[in-house]
Amino acid sequence: MTAAAKRGKRIVYVAAEIAGIREAARVTAVARQEIARLVQPGVTTLWLDQRADEIIRRYGGESAFHGYRGYPGQICISVNDEVVHGIGRADRVIKFGDLVSLDVGIRVNGFVGDTALTVCAGGEPTGLARRLIDTVRQSLDDGMAVARAGRDVCEIGRAVERRVHAAGFSVVRDFVGHGVGRAVHEPPEVPNFALPPRGPVLEPGMVLAVEPMINAGSHRVKVDADGWTVRSADGSLSAHWEHMILITDGEPEILTCPRTPSESKA
Amino acid sequence: MPKDAIRVEGVVKELLPNTMFRVQLSNSHEILAHISGKMRLHFIRILPGDTVTVEMSPYDLTKGRITYRKK
Repeated sequence: MTAAAKRGKRIVYVAAEIAGIREAARVTAVARQEIARLVQPGVTTLWLDQRADEIIRRYGGESAFHGYRGYPGQICISVNDEVVHGIGRADRVIKFGDLVSLDVGIRVNGFVGDTALTVCAGGEPTGLARRLIDTVRQSLDDGMAVARAGRDVCEIGRAVERRVHAAGFSVVRDFVGHGVGRAVHEPPEVPNFALPPRGPVLEPGMVLAVEPMINAGSHRVKVDADGWTVRSADGSLSAHWEHMILITDGEPEILTCPRTPSESKA
Repeated sequence: MPKDAIRVEGVVKELLPNTMFRVQLSNSHEILAHISGKMRLHFIRILPGDTVTVEMSPYDLTKGRITYRKK
């Protein structure tokens, strides 16, 4: 056992598998954009969930979240103070100016794509919501920029946290990013906050889902009575963004967005 | 100025008295919009057919403030 392997579980994929993951990730990214365009004032989150199901099937995939540990929805739709894992509901109408986070997971030919974004219903936000969305995207860029072979997985969280704290927001600590490929959640865990270096060392061929979840107020969260919906404990706005990356010797390849981190900053 | 306005694209449909405008938004809703003070100071004229950016509050979906005129 090498020194790197002793420090935690990780999965390294070979070229044929990476091709499958790349295709699943591409489909998921396209579907994510298509679903995001449907977020308009007046629609219910259940309607969005049903449209998402149709879109996912049209691309020849199936929802990777539906049935995962009994999850009832097709995608996760989390509005305003809801952080993640919001379930589509017929009585939840999206209002003008709501901050809606969509988390989409699709299984295609046995491989899984997983990506999320946050949009504002009805237009472009200004003020707090704008800063929150900008910060979560920048922190994800920062986290992806340091994810390369030979580094410890904890460096991603350190970069994310630095950016979020500089903006005066907080990082949700109860949920973390993860490895992804054949299953929705694989080792290693990818925290979005600084921890001592004890995670595995990154290696070319690993695929990670980096997903900062940030709150405008406290980092504390609570889970609703439905057992899934996670919301900020103090009711503050929350934003979430997620990309899948393939670890290489240089810059990681962003599988759910055909750009490198340095390009997406421009 | 409200801190949390939402920016929406629209097209000016009609000129109304008192520098008010009828604006059709990209989601096909029609709202009543006035021109922002900053644009007034710079004498930016708005005519029917202009594409504009409107800031709206989530609390009153019938009114807005024009903050930008596209060339």
